[in-house]
Amino acid sequence: MAEHAEHIVPVKTYVIIFLSLLFLTGLTTGVAYIDLGPFNTVAALAIAVIKMLLVILFFMHVKYSPKLTKLVIVAAFFWLALLLTFTMADEFTRNWSPIPNNWGPSISAPAPRMQ
Amino acid sequence: MSNAVVEPPLASSGEQVNYLNASYGIRSWLFTKDHKRIALLYLLSITFMFFVGGTAAVLMRMHLLTPAGTLVQPETYNKLFTMHGIVMVFFFLIPSIPAVLGNFLVPMMIGARDLAFPKINLLSWYVYVVGAAFTLYAILAGGVDTGWTFYTPYSSTYANTHVVAAALGVFITGFSSILTGLNFIVTIHKMRAPGLTWFRMPLFLWSIYATSIIMVLGTPVLAITIVLLAAERLLHVGIFDPKLGGDPLLFQHLFWFYSHPAVYIMILPSMGVVSELIACFSRKRIFGYSFVAFSSLAIAVLGFLVWGHHMFVSGQSVYASLIFSMLSFLVAIPSAIKVFNWTATLYKGSISYEAPMLYALGFIGLFTMGGLTGLFLASLATDVHLNGTYFIVAHFHYIMVGGAVMGYMGGLHFWWPKITGRLYPDGWARFAALIIFVGFNLTFFPQFVLGYLGMPRRYATYPAEFQVLNVMSTAGASVLAVGYAIPLIYFMWSMRYGVVAGPNPWRAKGLEWQTPSPPPTENFEVTPIVTEEAYAYNLPPRQLAGQGAPGAARV
Amino acid sequence: MWVFLVTEIMFFGGLFCGYAIYRGMYLPAFEVGSRILEVKFGATNTAVLIGSSLTMALAVHAAQTGKRKALMIFLVVTMVLGMVFLGIKFTEYVHKWNEFLVPGLRFAPTEGIPAGTSLPHVELFFCFYFFMTLVHALHMVIGLGILTTLLILAYKNRFSKTYFAPVEVAGLYWHFVDIVWIFLFPLLYLIGGRYPHG
Repeated sequence: MAEHAEHIVPVKTYVIIFLSLLFLTGLTTGVAYIDLGPFNTVAALAIAVIKMLLVILFFMHVKYSPKLTKLVIVAAFFWLALLLTFTMADEFTRNWSPIPNNWGPSISAPAPRMQ
Repeated sequence: MSNAVVEPPLASSGEQVNYLNASYGIRSWLFTKDHKRIALLYLLSITFMFFVGGTAAVLMRMHLLTPAGTLVQPETYNKLFTMHGIVMVFFFLIPSIPAVLGNFLVPMMIGARDLAFPKINLLSWYVYVVGAAFTLYAILAGGVDTGWTFYTPYSSTYANTHVVAAALGVFITGFSSILTGLNFIVTIHKMRAPGLTWFRMPLFLWSIYATSIIMVLGTPVLAITIVLLAAERLLHVGIFDPKLGGDPLLFQHLFWFYSHPAVYIMILPSMGVVSELIACFSRKRIFGYSFVAFSSLAIAVLGFLVWGHHMFVSGQSVYASLIFSMLSFLVAIPSAIKVFNWTATLYKGSISYEAPMLYALGFIGLFTMGGLTGLFLASLATDVHLNGTYFIVAHFHYIMVGGAVMGYMGGLHFWWPKITGRLYPDGWARFAALIIFVGFNLTFFPQFVLGYLGMPRRYATYPAEFQVLNVMSTAGASVLAVGYAIPLIYFMWSMRYGVVAGPNPWRAKGLEWQTPSPPPTENFEVTPIVTEEAYAYNLPPRQLAGQGAPGAARV
Repeated sequence: MWVFLVTEIMFFGGLFCGYAIYRGMYLPAFEVGSRILEVKFGATNTAVLIGSSLTMALAVHAAQTGKRKALMIFLVVTMVLGMVFLGIKFTEYVHKWNEFLVPGLRFAPTEGIPAGTSLPHVELFFCFYFFMTLVHALHMVIGLGILTTLLILAYKNRFSKTYFAPVEVAGLYWHFVDIVWIFLFPLLYLIGGRYPHG
């Protein structure tokens, strides 16, 4: 964790990142008041991701960290993505009609449940 | 085999100073930072919890001797299977091999003096004990009857048993898991002895590493799920209550996201133990070392992708179920790879049948059976028939008891001389292994048949035509109980009266066998330097690089 | 610490997962709930936390360069900002209590709910709002505890140019808690369709 101690990030970099983060916060707040339809969510998430990356890479020194650290972080987000993706895959396809129309008499409910 | 062990100093009682007699008194144990002592603290706790969970099982099986079930009330029966599940899963199986054998062996197998964070290791044991205390309180105060799976909305809205106390116990113990996994990951990455590259590590370490990854990634999701459940119960807010717009299936998603990988936490270390045992008792290198190593990682990763197979009949979308079903078939592959490799290791090996080997062989057979029956359950159509029946019960008991517990027993028997410096009576040990094997099959094989015939699980009564099989199962359970009691007796006996074991009674390879039995507190006088591959059994002398003058720090 | 943060990502991840699911299912009600939240509090808090991240990074910098006094000052400023955040949060909670918006305990909102909105679903939104911000706030309190410990150690001159790992590690934790808020702010406060509806 302290292997990259040799590299000390200059104060100026921190301040620039800080100002960028403030700017992005203002941006995301402002965008919320404009009607972009579904893209409001996209924009909000995108800006949040950028802010997160700035914090991770610079404030948390990951830009100057060994590859293993980077791998660990990527893995963590990948796992989170797994949780979100698969759960949402279930929740949002639940009402899709499972049986094509010409496969049999009108079956609109899922298979009977046991127990 | 040149023994590079330097004679350790003698204690005042005339015996060698080792981690057991280095200091005395309860404070030296309760405040220890020595991973070996912490492993023994865990051993005591989980053995106690094993017998708590086992008592529940005995009561259940006795109740099921008759179709009408008159031993306990149905409500009590519900509480029994719930407590059996909670205690066995969270307080016995998940910690068992990692916390006992892992804690003891990981530093020794990598040539280190202790884990990366010894105080966190001790903390993890205290956390476990606190969690266990909450759960025992829940049991004594009247029990929980939701099933170990705490399905909502019953557990969140309708149950009137001690859900929160039990859930809290599980929540707290989860942190013990996380801390242990964290410790192992950092230790294995950072503290290997010089020359011990990843691919020279014993496979036990690979499996512990994979297990730790699962612990770290999965347990927090269980933690948050339990928090939400407790909140809903206490505040009546409706996160999982359909009447208020909540989705009970969300609970199941979050719960199983952890609990399926949890079963891999239970089995992977056992597989690692089996690799060690098979190699030692066939005096051969493990066939396909890298395949076995990577299959551990594959199981860890793939294990996170299959949780929906617990929800095929809960109302999950058909499309999601299809994907989960396919992925569940995939996850069987790395396990099969291991079984093939172990078998190939046995082929033309010089096999001997000491007790640890009997457990390892039992593991291979029973795990294979359990695993194959899992395929029936992964397949959507058959799962509709088999879900909620005793087929499932038999399936997971084959894996967890026939698999994980056999591996644990085999590991205990294998490393017992190292841990205590004493040998147990091998005749009794083999006898007990056989009793366990017979008792186990008698208990659980009839349950496959029962499930196929349609007997539902978690029911206190059953139709009369199932009685014969149930009686067989209960008879088997009594045999199994005897089988587990016997090692308890001879292990305790051996600590006082057992033959003193030397450093390496099995003539096994591995850094842990290069120390005296029991080892001194700091494990190694000098950090060993590793120059040969793992499992260097029976290789011709010229392949053993680095075999220099006697007294060199390697064998 | 990174391995521990991985567990934290999964811990909060479960909450985000639940939120995402229910938002998908009950979008109108969640948007209503989101609009009830006051952006000025959320935005100010975001700025405060980002500022505290800056001062934390500067504290680590001071530790790396062996400047004890600067380290202590920056730690104190970080803690003050953290307490400001918690103070604003607490004010928000009090507001919600007064407006009868606390699910389970006191939920009977009187304004801000257009006709036809499903009230239980709005309650669900507030469930997540309170949960996620409470768990976040709990982590901040723990963070304050950690920083206090660091402050004491710095006062006792335990850190130097060659030994500052605890400061760095605490910094990682603090930044992580900041990142969680960076996501909480837009997801809870901003994507409720605050634009004027036609």
